[in-house]
Amino acid sequence: MGAEFVQLSLTPLLIGVLAAIACALPGNFLILRRQALVGDAISHVVLPGIIIAFLVTGSLETWPMLLGAAGAALVSVVMIELIRRLGRIEPGAAMGVVFTGLFAAGVLLLEQSNTSRVHLDVEHALYGNLESLIWLSAESWNSLLDPVALADLPPELTRMAIVAGLIVVLTVIFWRPLKLSTFDEGYAAAIGLPVGLIGLGLVMAAALAAVAAFDAVGSIIVIAMFICPPAAARLMTDSLVRQIGWSVAFAAFSAVIGYVLAGYGPILLGYDNAVSAAGMIATVAGVVLLVACLFGPRRARIGMSKAIGS
Amino acid sequence: MTSPSLELVASDTSGQPASQTPATALALSEMTVSYGGKPAVFSVEARIPEGAMAAIIGPNGAGKSTLLKATLGIIPRLSGRVEVFGVPLARARHRIAYVPQRASVDWDFPTTVEDVVLMGLSRELGLLGFVRSRHRQFAAACLDRVGMADFASRQIGQLSGGQQQRVFLARALAQRADLYLLDEPFAGVDAATERAIVDVLKSLKDEGRTVVCVHHDLATVTDYFDHCLMINLRKIAEGPVATTFSEANLQATYGGRLAGGHLEQLRLPA
Amino acid sequence: MAVGWLAAILNSCGCRPDPMSTLLSVLPPEFIGFLDALALGAGYNAALVGIGAALLGGSAGAAGTFLFLRKRTLVSDAIAHATLPGVGLAFMIMVAFGGSGRSLVGLLIGSALSAGLGLLAVTAITRRTRLAEDTAIGAVLSVFFGFGIVLLTVIQVMDRGRQAGLEGFLLGSTAGMLFADALLIAAGGALCALLILLFRRPLTIVCFDPGYAEATGISVTRMDAVMLGLVLAITVIGLKLVGLILIVALLVIPPVTARFWSERTGTVALLAGVFGALAGYVGSAISASAPNLPTGPIIVLVGVGLFVLSLLVAPRRGVLASAVAHRRFQHKVHLRQGLLALAHGEPIHDRLTLRVLARAGYLRADRQPTEAGRAEAARALLDENRWRIARQLHPQEAVTGRYDGLTGIAEVLTADEIASLDRHLGPKAAGA
Repeated sequence: MGAEFVQLSLTPLLIGVLAAIACALPGNFLILRRQALVGDAISHVVLPGIIIAFLVTGSLETWPMLLGAAGAALVSVVMIELIRRLGRIEPGAAMGVVFTGLFAAGVLLLEQSNTSRVHLDVEHALYGNLESLIWLSAESWNSLLDPVALADLPPELTRMAIVAGLIVVLTVIFWRPLKLSTFDEGYAAAIGLPVGLIGLGLVMAAALAAVAAFDAVGSIIVIAMFICPPAAARLMTDSLVRQIGWSVAFAAFSAVIGYVLAGYGPILLGYDNAVSAAGMIATVAGVVLLVACLFGPRRARIGMSKAIGS
Repeated sequence: MTSPSLELVASDTSGQPASQTPATALALSEMTVSYGGKPAVFSVEARIPEGAMAAIIGPNGAGKSTLLKATLGIIPRLSGRVEVFGVPLARARHRIAYVPQRASVDWDFPTTVEDVVLMGLSRELGLLGFVRSRHRQFAAACLDRVGMADFASRQIGQLSGGQQQRVFLARALAQRADLYLLDEPFAGVDAATERAIVDVLKSLKDEGRTVVCVHHDLATVTDYFDHCLMINLRKIAEGPVATTFSEANLQATYGGRLAGGHLEQLRLPA
Repeated sequence: MAVGWLAAILNSCGCRPDPMSTLLSVLPPEFIGFLDALALGAGYNAALVGIGAALLGGSAGAAGTFLFLRKRTLVSDAIAHATLPGVGLAFMIMVAFGGSGRSLVGLLIGSALSAGLGLLAVTAITRRTRLAEDTAIGAVLSVFFGFGIVLLTVIQVMDRGRQAGLEGFLLGSTAGMLFADALLIAAGGALCALLILLFRRPLTIVCFDPGYAEATGISVTRMDAVMLGLVLAITVIGLKLVGLILIVALLVIPPVTARFWSERTGTVALLAGVFGALAGYVGSAISASAPNLPTGPIIVLVGVGLFVLSLLVAPRRGVLASAVAHRRFQHKVHLRQGLLALAHGEPIHDRLTLRVLARAGYLRADRQPTEAGRAEAARALLDENRWRIARQLHPQEAVTGRYDGLTGIAEVLTADEIASLDRHLGPKAAGA
């Protein structure tokens, strides 16, 4: 746990943990609203957003990319809602049309624009490159106090920290309306809460998390973290606060254990190459969910309380 | 069919109730709501007086719940105006408490009975206000009023149907509103719960508050309510139960769906 | 071959036959290539891929219709993503047994097994825990996919792994496809189409009314299994062609598109098959006509094009049609309400009501009714009163049940029936 750890593992670990938490927080509300797959849809449309931003601005600067991705997420949410309402199509199918269509457009644009010279490719979009986000100028734990070394932290870490912080703050501020409109939308509307806006705000927060995390860790982690930790947490408790606590813990656990397994697991097994950290983190999240499904104290549905309509 | 006072309300845009008419808690005019290109409620008007205990009655699919939801703006209306205590709905939301149908929410939601009642204090607590012990005590008092004081820390999914309905009522009580709108509060609840709910509603009325229920059990209308609005797509009749809840109006509202014997059991007012 | 075929098409469209050669000479070469491919003239493999894509697209559209009508569309997303670990494991096992690991049949068997496992996981999570199906789908697809990626990174560092080309399963790749592979896709697509044809009746009944299906002796569980089995087969066959991320599009988009055009299950399934086949065939032809046009995305985008067109212009359910219908309906409601208000002498405040009345010539600028307005208002009131009487007198009659506040009574009753109503109305008919 010395200099090498700080230099090579500390920042990817932190980024992974922050990304996992930023996605898991809105994920709790998404699964309670039966919108778990909105996270799936968003993470697919981030690709065309980024490519269009690149084609328009011609640069690989971070902010245009993030804006492009966020714009694509917003467009897709609006399109899903439009198709659902105008065509009277069930939400799952509307989502399927939009995200596969946009993803196909993204892949086509990628092939057409010959962006192979830059490091934009589909594989990168899918599994990111968490392993490469190292802190080269760090020499030891003391570097954490060294402004020169700190200035050289990977920008992904700063970005992810800002986004994760923002999402925590938003969750705290809007806790009450979010909870109320998720539980009982009709009542929330009756007391004058802007339920449509709250729903859109939640999806946009999810999109923000997805976009920031996507850049660093790829879309697999994004989908897995939106769904697996909150789903596992759902099986642990009947209190929303505690559920969110569990989901954050599960998300962080998956990120750390997944990263460590990806880096050191193969070496222990006698191979000398690491495997995809993003894939391993998603796998660990799945194992956590599996364990919760088998042993979670609140895994069963209560009595007759099946969800009836909406 | 048109009462003269309705014109007064309709022409009175200043929001000041005319002094010679009894104050109106809820005034609806020309409410039309459609589902899938067909009207579910057509041009309904209503005038629930302050302090009334009112029932909205009509056969299944007559648009009762639809009317209530459109009144609150939960579903969009094609046309119509809603005035609450003489002012437009948007300025009077804090004076309204709504009790939705029990089936409209996911009872598996991770929350406790006390949490749900505290939702009634949303306006008071704002975004970041802490729940203090006086809030909890108040919530406990509201639960006590519906006989659920011992259930505060239960997860809501562990309650019986009647208990769930009582929790919803306790949440509405916590709002300390002047107008209570309830959607089928007696649907699928046990007799004890029905009694408890009626007692609470009557005590609200005694405090001078106005209660409006979507109601489906004709046998209890005369016992529970003093004002009724009968609809079947359109308004059929409205007024005091004593004069309005008549065989002719029931026939007009329910058509042939009421058997003769059934009518006799209703103990219609003379 | 393509040229003659094109001439035939243009002729049948009523175009002048003569300028064919001029037309062809000004067209860009890609377009000629596209026409060639459309006419199956772009090479043996490409032709087979085109036929395979059409069969696959058609089967996917039809099978997807049943998923769509059962409201389980995105189960296919879980199935598709869950194929990846199977592909990886199959490759590793084949290599371990000394093969090259590139046998498409072997890889597809592996993918089918892991997709089946994913499907079982979705079912188990939904049945055994409190989690909803969408959560189960999302969890399974992300975890299986993540594990698949882990396996792919393992394979990449294996000796034979570098040339495995397993990444092609993510987005599909028809470049360098072997003849045997193309044949496998075409045969698989044909087999799926045949199975759908065989099972179309029970599947339709189960989608429409599961309760009735059980009563007539059709096992819903078994038909669901057939449906999901078909989806799984289509997914696996389509892996090489469109890739696992986009195969979902073939199962989702054609049924949604077809739904705009028909209200009948059988027709929707048939149309979805046609749209899917069209997307597959045209898409693979476009893709074969030029480089940098990946087959999978192009097929999907052709499907999206058909969808957008249907969304906009389909009669009744299309956006334009329903916007017009909604506006017309809203105006009708406001007109009727306005006329009744006029008849009762009530003031009108609603702006839209005022506008509708004024446009119909029933209201003057000073908001007083015109002569025509007065007459029409009286007519509306009379109609309303007749309905009231009719509903009181004949509450059980089906026709009086058609009252919706808008339909004129003359549309449902004969003149003499109306006359008898008027007798009940008596002299107060004009007043009220």
